[in-house]
Amino acid sequence: MTARPNIDMSLKQWTAVCALDDIVPDSGVCALIDGCQVAVFRVAGDQIYALANRDPFSNANVMSRGIIGDLKGELVVASPVYKQHFSLTTGQCLEDPAVMIDTFAVRIDQGTVMVQA
Amino acid sequence: MSTQKIVVIGNGMVGQRFLEQLTIRMNSDQVEITVFCEEPRAAYDRVQLTSFFAGKSAIDLSVVPERFFEEKAITLRLNDPVIAIDRAKKTVSSARYREVPYDKLVLATGSYPFVPPIPGHDRRGCYVYRSIEDLEVIRAAAKKSRIGTVVGGGLLGLEAAKALQDLGLDTHVVEFAPRLMAVQLDEAGGRLLQRKIEALGVTVHTAKSTKEIVNGETHAHCMVFADGSALETDLIVYSAGIRPHDALARAAKLAVGERGGISIDGYCRTSDPDIYAIGECALWNGRIFGLVAPGYQMAEIAARHVAGDESIRFDGADMSTKLKLMGVDVASLGDAMGKTAGALDYIYTDPVQGIYKKLVVSADGKQLLGAILVGDAGEYGGLLQMTLNAIPLSEHPEDLILPAREGGAKGLGVDMLPAGALICSCNSVTKGAICDAVVAGCTTVGALKSTTKAGSSCGGCSPMVKQILDAELRKQGVEVKNHLCEHFPYSRQELFHLVRVGSIKAFDDLITKHGQGRGCDICKPAVASILASCWNEFVLKPKHAPLQDTNDRFLANMQKDGSYSIVPRVPGGEITPEKLIVLGAVAKKYRLYTKITGGQRIDLFGARVEQLPLIWRELVDAGFESGHAYGKALRTVKSCVGSTWCRYGVQDSVGMAIALENRYRGLRSPHKLKMGVSGCTRECAEAQAKDVGIIATEKGWNLYVCGNGGIKPRHADLLATGIDDATLQKYIDRFLMFYIRTGDRLQRTSTWLENLEGGIDYVKQVVCEDSLGIGAELEADMQKLVDTYECEWKNAINDPESLKRFRHFVNSDAPDSNVVFVAERGQIRPARDDEKETKTIETALV
Ligand code: SRM
Ligand SMILES: Cc1cc2nc3c(=O)[nH]c(=O)nc-3n(C[C@H](O)[C@H](O)[C@H](O)COP(=O)(O)OP(=O)(O)OC[C@H]3O[C@@H](n4cnc5c(N)ncnc54)[C@H](O)[C@@H]3O)c2cc1C
Ligand code: SF4
Ligand code: FES
Repeated sequence: MTARPNIDMSLKQWTAVCALDDIVPDSGVCALIDGCQVAVFRVAGDQIYALANRDPFSNANVMSRGIIGDLKGELVVASPVYKQHFSLTTGQCLEDPAVMIDTFAVRIDQGTVMVQA
Repeated sequence: MSTQKIVVIGNGMVGQRFLEQLTIRMNSDQVEITVFCEEPRAAYDRVQLTSFFAGKSAIDLSVVPERFFEEKAITLRLNDPVIAIDRAKKTVSSARYREVPYDKLVLATGSYPFVPPIPGHDRRGCYVYRSIEDLEVIRAAAKKSRIGTVVGGGLLGLEAAKALQDLGLDTHVVEFAPRLMAVQLDEAGGRLLQRKIEALGVTVHTAKSTKEIVNGETHAHCMVFADGSALETDLIVYSAGIRPHDALARAAKLAVGERGGISIDGYCRTSDPDIYAIGECALWNGRIFGLVAPGYQMAEIAARHVAGDESIRFDGADMSTKLKLMGVDVASLGDAMGKTAGALDYIYTDPVQGIYKKLVVSADGKQLLGAILVGDAGEYGGLLQMTLNAIPLSEHPEDLILPAREGGAKGLGVDMLPAGALICSCNSVTKGAICDAVVAGCTTVGALKSTTKAGSSCGGCSPMVKQILDAELRKQGVEVKNHLCEHFPYSRQELFHLVRVGSIKAFDDLITKHGQGRGCDICKPAVASILASCWNEFVLKPKHAPLQDTNDRFLANMQKDGSYSIVPRVPGGEITPEKLIVLGAVAKKYRLYTKITGGQRIDLFGARVEQLPLIWRELVDAGFESGHAYGKALRTVKSCVGSTWCRYGVQDSVGMAIALENRYRGLRSPHKLKMGVSGCTRECAEAQAKDVGIIATEKGWNLYVCGNGGIKPRHADLLATGIDDATLQKYIDRFLMFYIRTGDRLQRTSTWLENLEGGIDYVKQVVCEDSLGIGAELEADMQKLVDTYECEWKNAINDPESLKRFRHFVNSDAPDSNVVFVAERGQIRPARDDEKETKTIETALV
């Protein structure tokens, strides 16, 4: 805890955003959590991941509309605007090491998708 | 060794093949060759004779390689029939030369059409159908005639009938037997063929024997039949069979058959060992072979024998045939009539589609003996190989002719064929020879064609040649480094094939069977496009939606700020004032930016994702359809105003553009497709910059393909000239489907063509001459897509599942606060980042 003093984990709440069935397998949706846009992806096999919805290259809020897949084993989403890939697990941009987007903790609670933001 | 004098009588297809075979084995120091030819021109492709009417010239039909006679130092005497052979002196004499000596003489005199000796058979206006000269006089006579009648309903008779019909005559076929193609077809097959041909407007009279031909009352002739009925006609073409040209041989007292034909042995020698006979004049084992392939075999065997090679003997030939008669597929192979003792039949008929298929199998059900196919001869190649190579039948022989059913194994892979399997029967090329050529470095069908001659005559074997080539290359581990991405070790073309042949309907099935991993933004949209091109299912079905590229996913083009544009289809650019008003009213209501596009339609920009269905509901209600501006699909067919208004126009270019746009709308392809139709050569529609461009002429349409604007502009190439509406549609169907099957991902037709082996000439062969024999299949595939077209937006607004996705937030109805507009020139535009910060904003909320 003390290693990351700027982030106060205790402020982050778990929010129910939708039913798992609201997300078509292998695609994403965008959730509005307290003014913040979070892209939530459902990968086949019912794993879910959450990233910031803003594409840092175009500044458009469209990350949830990207195609998901894997590149050399890494789960990724491709930005729908200029097609850079971002790791679903770390938010790292594969094409540009200097660019990383926020990730959020997610879990499924009795068929409901919960995001911590 | 002194030079041998060789004299060849007849320079038809077989005589010519003999010369080629001989001169590759012996050079001009060893032989001195003289050829006599009764016709005024050297050998030409008689098999394709009918294409003379379709615009082929005598030069196009020639089968003689350029400068052949000069280079091989062969003396060719055209227009000079041989009139006698003196076997004692070993000389021949012709109309113009006396006593030309020979050491070896080759008779390649072919055959002549049989004309039944009925009274009146030699009246003026009665013709035969054998040479270019015959066709020239028929063409001239047709200009002055209204009704044309062919005597004989066999293979050639029907071909002649097609020609008469194409010449614009009201065409009749009179057949003595109770059915058409009595030699190749059974009763049911013949009946179906007759139905199909009659549906095309030809009147068929079977079981009619002509008693005499006399003066007609309203037309030149009246054919009186034995049953008392009669038929009036202006011209008559006899096609009642052929008779071998054996008069010279008879006069020289060579052995001939009872019903004609010069008797030969396994080396094609006649009863005089210094005289050979080959081709249609020859009689082997009591049989005459009226096809070119056996003739070619004889030519090679005789040439080898003259050169001292006794390694191969003629031992009969397969008389299986596959052809397209008036657009109807007909094939007959092996023991089609089931004459083998105990033979069993499997029969499949589809009266609606007009398909009849019969398999003849051995009494124990283990061997395929023969088959008849009418209406759809797609299985011909595979079945022929099974008969010729005695490949054992599976437990369900019927699967070979039944439409593919779930789990039913169909056809046979080329890998199962033995090396000796004859693949190209026209040129006697075996599977082994093709494999050897591949090993020796041939990597394309074109290269195989020139090296082995496989596929260079009738073209029927080309699909199989290609399959063998692919299989061999794959075996050699030839890396065609054209893999789609890390998830699929295949090119787009290969994936297309796998999807189509394996009836694969979902990305997950494809990647499980043929790929690895989860896929990515390269392969998913590419496969989505292939699936759409094959099966045309709604692209937003849950199994397809996640595969779609950004724009297809929301059936609209995403703009830089995440908003969307809307482009309704305006076929041909023609739009009514009422519809223009609707577009204006909708744009006004939703405050959209409007612009006329470069594709003759109107783009409405600035719609938020959740507004798309609302806007489209209004547009669909007003009769608009999706314009597919978002898809790798047909975009627009641009038109000029054409003959309706323009003082120079020669055809209705707007009407044609609308028809084409309505036909191909929604068609998914490797990349976007654009077309244009201009009403005259002034080319106001810039058709030559399009993937498919059409320019009207006085004589019909000129069709151009593979043009491109964009990044690397390219003028389109001319594919066909002066064609009518139906041919135009046929060629475009074939061209587009061929491109869709073989193009790479995101490869426009222009780059596709530039990477295509053989270039535009190859495209011409495939599209206009159907050299691969897949024309009908390509057309049928296209027709299926046309028939299953549905407007994607109409589907989407009526599908609650799809509608759910047109929201910015899954858990809120709020719009995306980042989509903001400012005013400019009286309309909206996306706010720049600095403007968003200073908040000089006018939101576009309704
Ligand atoms: C709207 C329009 C410009 C306009 O305002 O006039 C347009 C707009 C776009 N064009 Fe275009 N092109 C438009 C006519 C053209 C034309 C002219 C034509 O069609 O007659 C061309 C050159 C002709 C050609 O394609 O051969 C053209 C060549 C391109 C290219 C380059 C293609 C190439 O082969 O080099 C691209 C890029 C691509 O497709 O990869 C492109 C891509 C695009 C995209 C899809 C770029 C994108 O991904 O955002 C633009 C989005 C449009 C939208 O949001 O609706 N657009 N584009 C035109 C729509 C026509 C229509 O009604 O459908
Ligand atoms: C319309 C049509 C369609 C056909 N379609 C097919 C098909 O689809 N598939 C197929 O396999 N076959 C087809 N055939 C048959 C094929 O064309 C023949 O099998 C082939 O042409 C036979 O070749 P040939 O050289 O033996 O005879 P020919 O081509 O008849 O050549 C013989 C030549 O010898 C000349 N000649 C004869 N006597 C003398 C003489 N005394 N002195 C000098 N010259 C002489 C003749 O004028 C002629 O030019 C078709 C034929 C026709 C007419
Ligand atoms: S292409 Fe010809 S017909 Fe069409 S508008 Fe131009 S001049 Fe007129
Ligand atoms: S079978 Fe006719 S060209 Fe091969």
